[in-house]
Amino acid sequence: MTTITDIVPAPARSSLLNANALGIVLLLGLGYIIVPLVGSDYLMDAVLTPFLALALAAVGLNVLTGYAGQVSLGSAAFLAVGAYAAYDLNLRLPELPLLADIVLAGGIAAAIGIIFGLPSLRLRGFYLAVSTLAAQFFVQWALTKFGWFSNDNASGVIDAPVLRVGSLTFTSATGRYVFSLSVVAIATALTARLLASQTGRNFIAVRDHEVAAKVIGVPLLRTKLLAFGFSSFLIGVAGVLWAFAYLRTVEPAGFNLDRSFQILFIIIIGGLASLRGAFVGAAFIVAFPLLLSRLGAAVLGSVFDSGVLEMSQRIVIGALIIAVLIAEPRGLIALVDRATRALRRFRSSQT
Amino acid sequence: MTTFRRAKLALKLSLGAALALGLATSLPAKADEQFFPLQSYRVGPYAAGGTCFFGGFIDYLNLINIRDGGVNGVKLTWDEGETQYEVERGVEVYERLKSRPGVAAWNPLSVGIAYAMIDRIGKDKVPLITINHGRTDSTDGRVFPYVFPLLLNPYSETSGIVNYIANREGGAEKLKGKKLVVLYHGSPYGKETIPIYKLLADKYGFELEQIEVPHPGNEQQSQWLSIRRAKADYVVLRGWGVMNPVALKTAQKTGFPVDHIIGNVWSNSEEDVIPAGDAAKGYVAITTQASGAEYPVLQEVIKTVYGAGKGNLDDKKRIGSVYHNLGIVNGILNVEAVRIAQEKFGKRTLTGDEVRWGFEHLQLDPARVEALGAKGLFHSINVTWDNHEGNGRVTFQQWDGARWKVVSDWISPDWAALRPIIEKSSTAYAREHGIKIRTSGDDPVGQ
Repeated sequence: MTTITDIVPAPARSSLLNANALGIVLLLGLGYIIVPLVGSDYLMDAVLTPFLALALAAVGLNVLTGYAGQVSLGSAAFLAVGAYAAYDLNLRLPELPLLADIVLAGGIAAAIGIIFGLPSLRLRGFYLAVSTLAAQFFVQWALTKFGWFSNDNASGVIDAPVLRVGSLTFTSATGRYVFSLSVVAIATALTARLLASQTGRNFIAVRDHEVAAKVIGVPLLRTKLLAFGFSSFLIGVAGVLWAFAYLRTVEPAGFNLDRSFQILFIIIIGGLASLRGAFVGAAFIVAFPLLLSRLGAAVLGSVFDSGVLEMSQRIVIGALIIAVLIAEPRGLIALVDRATRALRRFRSSQT
Repeated sequence: MTTFRRAKLALKLSLGAALALGLATSLPAKADEQFFPLQSYRVGPYAAGGTCFFGGFIDYLNLINIRDGGVNGVKLTWDEGETQYEVERGVEVYERLKSRPGVAAWNPLSVGIAYAMIDRIGKDKVPLITINHGRTDSTDGRVFPYVFPLLLNPYSETSGIVNYIANREGGAEKLKGKKLVVLYHGSPYGKETIPIYKLLADKYGFELEQIEVPHPGNEQQSQWLSIRRAKADYVVLRGWGVMNPVALKTAQKTGFPVDHIIGNVWSNSEEDVIPAGDAAKGYVAITTQASGAEYPVLQEVIKTVYGAGKGNLDDKKRIGSVYHNLGIVNGILNVEAVRIAQEKFGKRTLTGDEVRWGFEHLQLDPARVEALGAKGLFHSINVTWDNHEGNGRVTFQQWDGARWKVVSDWISPDWAALRPIIEKSSTAYAREHGIKIRTSGDDPVGQ
């Protein structure tokens, strides 16, 4: 199969890299400077913060499913593990700084992810997906069953602590958004490094052909469990953001199977095995419906009640999903790539 | 049409939409309007309850606007955001609507959404109404100044049910040795009352077994077999959604007498019994408001609001149903809180904090309730700065196969016994969150 790297000559590759770096700098500039300056509290609190949290979760699932080829339906469970672990660490070890809580919570999610990743040594594809459902049910059950996790709150609901790093507190909408953006940016950068390393290549080898990977000396057991662990780590951290920066009050029922499906849809629609795809997909699944709902309410709000509007948005989004997947089964990011390639060809034909 | 023309049309349409969006958000605030942001749910699994409750609420606000021209000339306005009963959608709607001018109060009718808002409404200083549901300890206004679980909280509901069973048995002392099974929904909501049932079992000496039904509750064969084995005298149904009709049908199959099943406040609607068909005939449930459309206020809603073609329910047969009437009662309580606050602060658009003061002085005795045309619809309420539930009375209704009939007096839960437990929980919350417990003197606006 011919890939883009085969047909692009060597000098162009470095310019491609530069273009990537420039794009990242521009995006971070937009995220850190322009959005806080001009964005409303609503935009940051209700649109961008959940977008960032779910994008990070999608990055996590993409490592596992997109890169390492292991299908999982347990993402929401690992979100819940992250959220509740960070809450309990914060509550029971108050001397630990919040950042340490977040990293440790990610670690706990990773440990549980590895346990539920064990069946991947025997099972593949749909069978594995079904076995990861166990995580989904078990975690939700355990969180509701044992009051200890939610500090014996009768309803199992937890309240998030204030986001604090050293003497800095992030209490405003802008603060929580910037906090989330920083966590997501660092985690994504780490993921990109890992995927570019030998481990990342091992993931892809396992995904593309397990037997061949074994023949060339890829340690299957370690690679698969590492994929589960790292993916759950990222999803656990995303769970902390979801609970602490976005909702600030969570209950186990909020992490149901629907949420797992949502994250799976994000990576399928955004593009498997692409970090950018996770972000584009999250924008499509999280932010786009909100935009559509506001547009719909503004234009047709006086004609229809909110239920009818909601249903028609679902139809629009459903139709768009089908259209996108037919036009480009590799997801939105492939469409974006194709557009940028066309633009580049157009520019080079001009010179 | 050429592609170019089509593109141009699309551009025009989207520009128009963007313009409309801009206009809608930048319209200047009109004078003297009180705004009710509604986090409603008209689609999704709980749509049946959502359409009726929010429909009733809107019907009552419409009645006040059409009949009285608003509250003392202040028009009531509202806008809906669809939540599908999902917490994050509720939060999104909150963030979207909170900047509108003149927000009076929030009424999400969802435990999850209410929990997620407690921190936010405290900062924004706007009351949050959780009629018949919500956090039990938010009854303590000393710790939760902006949260109002009006009429009933889960603990007073529990106490009301036990008192009712005691009445039926001929006195509290007859409860001794009786066997009570609580069949609860496997969710935070379902588990909220586990400790209080234990406490009441110790107090009255009845035997207690609490059995969980996993969400959503489609399958209950084994639970009802254990109920049969336990030879239960009464079953309390603490259900939600599909769990309720399934419970009634399974009870019929296992031969448990339906009139010994007592439903809690979220198992008391037409939506819970009609799907169960015959199996529901004779079923009893607690309620804070009677159902039926014969009350004067409902007759006025039918005449004035539906007569003017402004009724919110598409299906007029649902007027007077349990959730519709709960919406009407919720409307009465919100509007009266605004009216009471206006007496103090002036007949103008009030701030959220001023409406909060109104809720803290929401005292409607039976005479006032009758004047509002709601005699028999609900009993009374007496909210104070430190009691945000307001000592509402409860009654019991029985399903006769076609409609609910009230079968008890308005009875009062054992508030004196519940208060210390509530205070224990709320002061623990205050400690955990570094909240200073309020005394009657420190009211930000109510001096």
